[in-house]
Amino acid sequence: MTLSERMYLPAIAQGLGITLKHFFKKKATINYPEETRQRSDVWRGLHVLKRDENGAERCTACGLCAVACPAEAITMTAGERKKGEEHLYREEKYAVTYEINMLRCIFCGLCEEACPKAAIFLQDDKLAPARYERDEFIYGKDRLVEPLKTTETK
Amino acid sequence: MDSVLLIYKGIYILAIFGISLLIATYSTYFERKIAAFIQDRVGPNRAGPMGLLQPLADAGKLFFKEEFIPAKANKGLFILGPGIAMLVAAMSSAVIPFGDTLIIGETSFDLIAIDVNIGILYIFGVVSLGVYGLMIGGWASNNKFSLLGAIRAASQNISYELAMGLSLIAVLMLSGSLSLKVIAEQQTGFNWNIWYQPLGFLIFLICAFAETNRTPFDLPESEAELIGGYHTEYSSMKLGMYLFAEYINIFVVSAVMSTLYFGAYNFPFMENLRNAFDDPVLGNNVVTIIGVAVMFAKIFAFIFFFMWVRWTLPRFRYDQLMKLGWNILIPLAILNILLTGGGILLYEHFTK
Amino acid sequence: MTESLFFFFASLTLLCAIMVVISKNPVYSVIFLILTFFSISAHYILLNAQFLAAVNIIVYAGAIMVLFLFVLMFINTGKNVESTLKKNVLAKIAGTVAGGLLFIVVVAALKDVALGHPDPATYDSQVGMVENLGKVLFTKYMLPFQLVAVLFLVSMVGAVMIGKRETGEQNF
Repeated sequence: MTLSERMYLPAIAQGLGITLKHFFKKKATINYPEETRQRSDVWRGLHVLKRDENGAERCTACGLCAVACPAEAITMTAGERKKGEEHLYREEKYAVTYEINMLRCIFCGLCEEACPKAAIFLQDDKLAPARYERDEFIYGKDRLVEPLKTTETK
Repeated sequence: MDSVLLIYKGIYILAIFGISLLIATYSTYFERKIAAFIQDRVGPNRAGPMGLLQPLADAGKLFFKEEFIPAKANKGLFILGPGIAMLVAAMSSAVIPFGDTLIIGETSFDLIAIDVNIGILYIFGVVSLGVYGLMIGGWASNNKFSLLGAIRAASQNISYELAMGLSLIAVLMLSGSLSLKVIAEQQTGFNWNIWYQPLGFLIFLICAFAETNRTPFDLPESEAELIGGYHTEYSSMKLGMYLFAEYINIFVVSAVMSTLYFGAYNFPFMENLRNAFDDPVLGNNVVTIIGVAVMFAKIFAFIFFFMWVRWTLPRFRYDQLMKLGWNILIPLAILNILLTGGGILLYEHFTK
Repeated sequence: MTESLFFFFASLTLLCAIMVVISKNPVYSVIFLILTFFSISAHYILLNAQFLAAVNIIVYAGAIMVLFLFVLMFINTGKNVESTLKKNVLAKIAGTVAGGLLFIVVVAALKDVALGHPDPATYDSQVGMVENLGKVLFTKYMLPFQLVAVLFLVSMVGAVMIGKRETGEQNF
């Protein structure tokens, strides 16, 4: 090595220059709760079970989504629609329970493609947020079904 | 008259103490901010506007944490260690001239706590005692990592004190005085010592990094090898004291370097500014106040430099550290003394 | 003021010095020795010899005692060392003889000392300042000063000789 190389001072100055350049660089941080990262149009986020135009659940509990799911995150039990429940469920057969385990789900969107009734969708604006307990990651119908538009049930 | 001066000195010392504590507190904040900025992050920004209350939150956390003393530790010395570190750090800013004189009425107030004629030796003595805080704390913890950290701190401080002292001698040869006030006064305007002592300054700077245990020489607390070094067993505010002492030391060393090499409170064209005022008292006071601001600007620049280096350079290996101190810096410092002596002789030969 | 300070520091010095001797734990001894150096430095300041005070702290308290502490931390300061030393009759005799000799030397040195009473009119209060000290060292005491430098050089060379690795040695 030459003398100037062995002094290391030019190299140190160079390193300091690099860090100084980064000091004034635009920061990569996004202040999450206030700002959110711009997502892709085809982003696959939290699932939703859609209702039809009359507010009845579209899902008919055929189980195709559960079959299509590579992570086996979806379970459901089917039930028969009773008289007087036509405004609640569109088809004669409906899902009594419908659970998605968000810890298993890989958000691949295959359930969305498998659904013949266009009932399940992965929203592009919602995430499955972090929680403290594992149980809380099993989303039932209460959290999956789209809220009614007329009556604001939470 | 005397009592006025006495009260003034008391207030001034309290003010300097408060300022060093404040700067040390906010150094933690700026350390985190600068680290974040260098790494393209934003750093703490939740507590208060821009995260400015973060140090208070940290201090509150440290105060309320559990005070833990290991069962086999030497309890008295365990408590004494951080106390010594903090005391020594807070003592050393007493002889630093933060400004020239303020004239109020007919009294002139020196902006220096105690003007002893051995100012720089005082700082040296006090700083050399700082290592006791680390050693006693590290030994009393009864922990092998702590002990290793303490031993590293001790040998590192002693080794680099030599090179630091030798590089200092060249400055003292130029100034002919040990008083920091006199050294500051000699560097009026832009006549700073750095122009005469670039090599000496470089040696002093490197030694300052080693003396304050800062990266790239932070081997006493290198977390990869020694967990936390000498403060492995410390918790709560006792740990806070060690960290605080480190930041106060950085502040003091920055102030010393500004005073010795960068003209303390002097700034270019200060005489022109002083003469621009018709009233000499007003001119003096304006120059003094700007001088204080300039002094603190220099100190902050050095503190920034310390942090900038910390987030740029990786840590040295221990044998490299010792080799740098003993084989390179000390011979260079002696060479610097010879060069300075030769320069002074030549200057006197050609001017007289 | 000065007198009461003197008595305070004198008693502090003596107390710390006694504690150095009677402390069971060597680390405590070293800490008390450091305190002793401090109070001696305080005496220097009372005598207006600030340079000596600072140098005393830098060299003794700041460097040499750090090395003492350094060594003490390495050797295990357990009880076994102490007990063997205390039981050894030879050690007791040697200690008594050495202490007695030191006492005789101190008494002999102090016997003929006349307390100086400097004339306030001619006394120069700046005599202990660093400029005057330097002038005296480099004029009146030039030869002893240089001899001390040679002594240090010799000890440094000796230390290097001891610390030097010999060919084929693989100790570290």
